Amino acid sequence: MALMRGPLRLVTALSLLLMVGLVQAAAIEVRDFDDPVLETRYHDITASLRCPTCQNQAINDSDAPVAGDMRDRVYRLLMDGRADIEIRNHMVERFGDYVLYNPRLEGRTFLLWGLPVALGLLGLVLVGLLVRARRNASNRALSADERARLDALINRERTE
Amino acid sequence: MQILMIPEIGHYALVIAMLMATVQGILPLAGVASRRPLWMAYARPMAAGQLLFVAIAYACLTASYMLDDFSVTNVANNSNSMLPWYYKLSAVWGNHEGSVLLWSLLLAAWGYCAARFSRELPRDVVARVLGILGLVGMGFLAFVLVTSNPFERLLPNVPGDGADLNPLLQDIGLIMHPPMLYMGYVGFSVVFAFALAALLGGRLDAAWARWARPWTNLAWAFLTVGIALGSWWAYYELGWGGWWFWDPVENASLLPWLSGTALMHSLAVTEKRGAFKSWTLLLAIFTFSLSLLGTFLVRSGVLTSVHAFANDPTRGQFILMLLGITVGLSLLIFALRAPRVGHRVGFTWLSRDALLLINNILLVIMTITVLMGTVYPLLLDALDLGKISVGPPYFNALFVPLTLVLALFMGLGPVARWKQTPVRLLVRRLWLAALGAVVLGVTLPLLFAEHWSPAVALGLVAALWIVLPMLRDLFDKTRNASSLGAGLKKLSLAYWGMQLGHLGVAVTIVGVAVVSNYSIEQNVRMAPGDSVEVAGYTFTMNGLSNRRAANFLADRANISVRHGDSRRSFEMNPEKRLYLATRMPLSQVALRPGLLRDLYVAMGEDLGDGSWALRIQYKPFVRWLWLGGLLMAFGGVLAVADKRYRRLATAPDPEVRAANAIGREARA
Amino acid sequence: MNNRRLLLLLPLVGFLALAVFLYQGLSLNPFHRESALMAREFPAFDLATLKAPERRVDRELLTGGELTLVNVWGEWCPECKREMPQLLDLAERHGIRLVGISWKDTREKALGFLEEFGDPFEVNIFDPDNELAFELGVYGAPETFLVDGDGVIRYHHTGYIAPNDMTETILPEVEKWR
Repeated sequence: MALMRGPLRLVTALSLLLMVGLVQAAAIEVRDFDDPVLETRYHDITASLRCPTCQNQAINDSDAPVAGDMRDRVYRLLMDGRADIEIRNHMVERFGDYVLYNPRLEGRTFLLWGLPVALGLLGLVLVGLLVRARRNASNRALSADERARLDALINRERTE
Repeated sequence: MQILMIPEIGHYALVIAMLMATVQGILPLAGVASRRPLWMAYARPMAAGQLLFVAIAYACLTASYMLDDFSVTNVANNSNSMLPWYYKLSAVWGNHEGSVLLWSLLLAAWGYCAARFSRELPRDVVARVLGILGLVGMGFLAFVLVTSNPFERLLPNVPGDGADLNPLLQDIGLIMHPPMLYMGYVGFSVVFAFALAALLGGRLDAAWARWARPWTNLAWAFLTVGIALGSWWAYYELGWGGWWFWDPVENASLLPWLSGTALMHSLAVTEKRGAFKSWTLLLAIFTFSLSLLGTFLVRSGVLTSVHAFANDPTRGQFILMLLGITVGLSLLIFALRAPRVGHRVGFTWLSRDALLLINNILLVIMTITVLMGTVYPLLLDALDLGKISVGPPYFNALFVPLTLVLALFMGLGPVARWKQTPVRLLVRRLWLAALGAVVLGVTLPLLFAEHWSPAVALGLVAALWIVLPMLRDLFDKTRNASSLGAGLKKLSLAYWGMQLGHLGVAVTIVGVAVVSNYSIEQNVRMAPGDSVEVAGYTFTMNGLSNRRAANFLADRANISVRHGDSRRSFEMNPEKRLYLATRMPLSQVALRPGLLRDLYVAMGEDLGDGSWALRIQYKPFVRWLWLGGLLMAFGGVLAVADKRYRRLATAPDPEVRAANAIGREARA
Repeated sequence: MNNRRLLLLLPLVGFLALAVFLYQGLSLNPFHRESALMAREFPAFDLATLKAPERRVDRELLTGGELTLVNVWGEWCPECKREMPQLLDLAERHGIRLVGISWKDTREKALGFLEEFGDPFEVNIFDPDNELAFELGVYGAPETFLVDGDGVIRYHHTGYIAPNDMTETILPEVEKWR
């Protein structure tokens, strides 16, 4: 038993590495499209769906079997003339919201989508308030001494 | 079997280094508090000692790798006797334990540099800065020793050979990427320490900003190069031709970069105008905190990602504790000690001050957006609201418009004056640039590509809008000189640094816009003798062969490529490798790089019947992505070489003294 | 403490909130995900059985009022072999009805598997082309669905059912929905 420990641990470490370690993409498939628009749509959809078993890969980049199955399904649905949103919903119904790289706007993702927008507005207000405040500050007369020093600094700036 | 003592020596060196870091962290700070110069004087020698002993530890681990000492667990798991020597060298940091040791080494090195190049600083400032760096170093060395000891042995059952380094890491990009990235992460510790020292000492003036700026620029430049290298590596090594995946690990490096960029600009205002003081301090704390957060995210494996290879909860808990103490304490100090009243300088809408304020706000929004997108799935999961994914479509939808707005202000910033800029002056200087940017940006895609893309046009307009006002400014600044050469010489290195940095951003924007919209990708089935045309290039497969290297077997395709009707052709040789020790397959792409386009061939699977699946890609302007990054980094370094910093390094100059006097006056 | 000081505390508060989430995140299993079909009807299907190719089964197999464990397996999956003793135990000792989905297999190999490791299943749905399993959102074998008497999915277990999973999750869930 003692003899087994070393190599066994090594094997465990190795399998861990393979499971959670870096994985290279493969999934180089040859597919035929009559219509280039369809081909673009196929690329866009498969790039925005996440492979359910992989670490963090879109199904177009993964060689996991389930990613291949999902690509097949996307291809078939496209050939059936389904819309992009229908295809995405088709996948969500089966694999959950997890497979969407572009999360839907709903109650729980409200903060995710809303925060940047809110921050943008807040930023605008902030800039407005600050500049107004500072514009008034500039009206406050500087003492002759301060003025001279400031001018000296600014002049040096220009020459530098 | 020969059992060398090297790992034990390394281990002891690490313990000594931690003790020295502890002394460096406690004694000088206590010395400042109790006004004992002798205690303060411990800071410098301890910083040197810490570096020395971490370096010894690091050298010992490297030696274990080079000597194939598979009795060391870390070596056995990550190396192999057949591995070429340079990969053994880089395998040291290709794993969790080694990379944290490298982190500590670089931290000690930055600390030593801070000690070495701070002769002109007041004694108490030096003691505080080095003391804080010592505390951070102590925390990380404790982390290495307690949870991630790289010197652990596999005794007595020493394996005959190692498990080998992950083949994806056996690459030049991965030799350089982690050290550069860590140099950036860790480098921000210096400005962080400066910020805390300023908060503790209550001294925050133009001189302070002047000391902090070179350190910030350098760290930022390293981080920029590190990110660019990582993107470049992913592009050719992960085998799918993508260059940015918005993976949590990439985001972890982008966060301190964005915040660091804001910090550089905010420091400029603080130095030149004495404004934004609290804000600058907060950014300094944030930037290093985000570096630590990035380390936590990657090292704890809390966000499942392509890269997370440390999945041990105790490690996660330990780093989180470190993160909590460091960030929590510094933010608390900030809340309690931030300057009460800033130096109230005035400025108007159209002033460089206001534009830099907008720049800062935009960059902070970008930072928060990326942070939010990165941790949001975790947040929902912790609240038991289900599992979602946030990926490229989300980040692109928010990041691209924000970048465009930023570009809009980047065109104005360098031309505007401090305090206020007359509207007429701005219009007079910029109308031509604006017109040129729009006309050229819209028409250039027509010349270059078959179809006009609005996204590319927009990108080009943005890039030109950054570059053209700069050219105009250069023209204005040199117009009055006797000759162009004399005029250019008079411009300061800091000015050139800024211009180059902005030029880099423009170059990267062009690269992103073009490669995202004009790339062509085709998956084809090819057997020897087959030809296929992609983007005007004819790819002909001449044959297939086998190759055996020291640690892998490879199927290799020989493909000749001809452009249009040209007679000259060149060869490309993609490989599908099987690494022997790990049994891991790996597709080694063939690249034909060029300034205007890359050709990219990757081998997929053997389809039987003698044919292979190949992915052929045409990637226009992809090099511009990384070229832009290098320009930015170069700009950052150039600004550090500006003579006003050099003057600072040699002797305490009267300006600093004067600035100190003003600072004290302002506080009084 | 004036308003400005409170404002300055904001970053600290934000960070502490984030730290709490990160701490919780450490104990979460990123691989554990609930099925999208939870509390929804078992999808419709029309497939042959493994043992009798001429016999076809559909959803009615699962709406007869009896609680059923539906197990997705394949001869090619090593984890499936490891969980067979537990499945046999569930069927024989606990009297739970098991239905198998023979996934991405050939008939010959699948039958050989049952021969070798035992057959706890009342019936096996033969799904070589991933028709039903895809509808179920199966992304790896083995996976097990608990379906109540009305054909509604009540519990989903991904990966192999270890001996301790029996008492910790499977049997309590069965009791809950019986």
